[in-house]
Amino acid sequence: MSTVVSDAQEHIRATGGRAPNVFRPGEWVPMKEYPENEPVDFAIVGTGCGGSVLAAQLAEAGYSVVAFDAGAFYRPLEDFASDEREQEKLYWLEDRISGGDNPITLGSNNSGRAVGGSTVHFQMVALRWRPEWFKSRSNFGYGHDWPVDWREMWHYYAKAEDAMKIAGPISYPWGPRRGRYPYREHELSASALVLARGAEAMGVKWCATPTATLSAPRGEAHPCVYRGFCKVGCATNAKQSMLVTFVPKALRKGAEIRDLAMVGKIETGPDGRATGVHYHRQGEWRFQKAKNVVVSGYSIETPRLLLNSACPQHPDGLANSSGQVGKNLMVHLNDAVWGIMEEEIRWYKGPPSLAVCEHWNYEDAGKDFHGGYSFMSQGPLPTDFATSLVSNEGVFGHELRKWMSHYNHMAGLKMVGETMPQEKNRVELSDETNEIGLPIPKVTFSYCDNDKKMAKHAQNFQGEMLRAAGAKSLYNTSSTAHLMGGCRMGDDPKSSVVNEAGRSWDIDNLFVCDGSLFPTAGGVNPSMTIVANSLRIADRIIAMGKRGELH
Amino acid sequence: MAETDPEVREVPFETPYPDYDVLGKWDSPSYNDATRRVVADRLHNVPERRFFDDETFALLRAVIDAILPQQDRTERDRIKVEAWIDEMLYTNKSDGTHYAGTPSRREVWTRGLAGIEHETQRRHGKGFRELSFQEQHALLKCLDEGEADPDAWHGIDAKSFFRGHLLKESVKIYYAHPYAWDEMGFGGPAAPRGYLRLGPDDRDPWEAREDRAPQKIRGLP
Repeated sequence: MSTVVSDAQEHIRATGGRAPNVFRPGEWVPMKEYPENEPVDFAIVGTGCGGSVLAAQLAEAGYSVVAFDAGAFYRPLEDFASDEREQEKLYWLEDRISGGDNPITLGSNNSGRAVGGSTVHFQMVALRWRPEWFKSRSNFGYGHDWPVDWREMWHYYAKAEDAMKIAGPISYPWGPRRGRYPYREHELSASALVLARGAEAMGVKWCATPTATLSAPRGEAHPCVYRGFCKVGCATNAKQSMLVTFVPKALRKGAEIRDLAMVGKIETGPDGRATGVHYHRQGEWRFQKAKNVVVSGYSIETPRLLLNSACPQHPDGLANSSGQVGKNLMVHLNDAVWGIMEEEIRWYKGPPSLAVCEHWNYEDAGKDFHGGYSFMSQGPLPTDFATSLVSNEGVFGHELRKWMSHYNHMAGLKMVGETMPQEKNRVELSDETNEIGLPIPKVTFSYCDNDKKMAKHAQNFQGEMLRAAGAKSLYNTSSTAHLMGGCRMGDDPKSSVVNEAGRSWDIDNLFVCDGSLFPTAGGVNPSMTIVANSLRIADRIIAMGKRGELH
Repeated sequence: MAETDPEVREVPFETPYPDYDVLGKWDSPSYNDATRRVVADRLHNVPERRFFDDETFALLRAVIDAILPQQDRTERDRIKVEAWIDEMLYTNKSDGTHYAGTPSRREVWTRGLAGIEHETQRRHGKGFRELSFQEQHALLKCLDEGEADPDAWHGIDAKSFFRGHLLKESVKIYYAHPYAWDEMGFGGPAAPRGYLRLGPDDRDPWEAREDRAPQKIRGLP
């Protein structure tokens, strides 16, 4: 956005045997470096919930790893301002074409561009999937089964929660018993108490949200100070993003990170296998040789890279003999209800979603749709809130400034609802190219009837609950959040891109590890599921290596 | 939701937080250096006009004054929303989404503002800047209700331009300004010191004190 604060977006920082120490202003940590012309064991594209986790785990197991990220390598303590506009630097703001009947808003809505990926600006809601969803086709007759058993996923959820020191309640009211969260739950804010009061009035359960920000010290990071700028980057390092968890671990274990490095193409050899990656850094295209390539660019950039790497042996793009690369892209329904409370709420304080209701994830009766949704208390910052107000209500004039001056009395409930996988919702390459010659991705998205029915159900239920909590002057907004799918994993090479270990069916030294693997979307924020799945895939790859099954 | 009584609608805005000054916390632990640099830049480096011509820029300013009226501020203190819109178009930076089948953002703004002027001429036989505040408001309301002459908009939709570009970009700029944080009682910069008191009707000493209830808006008694 600007160079007022730092030059992290203009000049590479991870170089010369060192990388930024994210815990200390101006300081560095040592970083191992690998030559480009000797193949590293793993070249990993992306350092979010998929790539950084894999980089840390594979480096720990003794593999040589280079992880690339198109974004900057920030030190939050000195690079992050308490300012929504400045922090737009954390988003993927390169043009992408968005079409279909219900085009998705990209950029700030769902796409990060920084070392640490979208977790640098995520809202830290750390939920697990309902176990039955991993076999939604078998159990409920919709979507596609995951090629993974829920118990295995739950084992890895516990590991992910420990790695990120999730602050959560002693007992969680939905689903099978789980162990205690590593850190105590946070104090409930006034905004969270509105949800609690509404849920009590409606006779449904509610709970303190398991949240990925510290409720007690951890190493050099302090507990959360309830500053409330979580969604635009935590400037105190309480937020347990990948930038302050798995990225430092990856460096410590001997991985190299290359910041401001955009991978544009995966090279394949005469045998059709991957040989390395072409990447753009410091104004020029470079090539890193690799024995294995892992793509962890999330649901748009991962398909974009695979499609753009088409070559004579793989004319439709890499790993795409199924034709599934880029298809079945999903989002979460993010419809919300807002209202004005008598009391002052001041929802700008603390993590924005400190209370959650998963009632409609676990209750199947009384629905006229497949799938589920959760919803949480809200705390949007001023421009975020104003943007949604004017886009949905068209308020302007004196009325707009008056309305915004009710900000401290506002409360809201917003859903995270699963959309159905549909082949026509997809990522393709457009004919247009960007300034470094890469094709601009084209995203197509339309709701199906099931999606619309779920949104309607949530609007009604959330509205009733907010009214029961005492809110007046209610109004609704519609939007989407998150991305899932686009390279789904499965048991059948004909209908999936990779197997349960993230390994491509077509090219045995090419892996995918990120949110694009999701066969279905689930009714909770995706990050913990991506981290858990990445930890699982890391163990599977390490086991393959021990059995001599790696390239 | 009920439409607002015109009398209520035309009452100018008054802040519930007349004593609050978010910049007063400048030397406190609520501001880190990064934030001081960003806020100082916003206060002191208002972008020069470089994209629009003089006349279109004056029209844009008039439209902004109808969307976010600031009669309560002197010219010096007025939040110059149009300056940052001009800068956004001059630097031509994307926000990450280009909706399929729509022109470039520069084109959308150029055609959208021309559309507003055309619609005003069609209805009033004079320019938007010559209308009274009430007439300007009514005209923009027509755009939002889809009543504009579609022929004058050259392939863009008047309502989408109004809500999706004009209103959206205006509030993104206006509510990122410390004076806007003051009037709405937003805590503002909060690092490294965040907040202690999170409960209802509770606040830390460095938060805004509500002096009077916010004014009526539509749907409220």
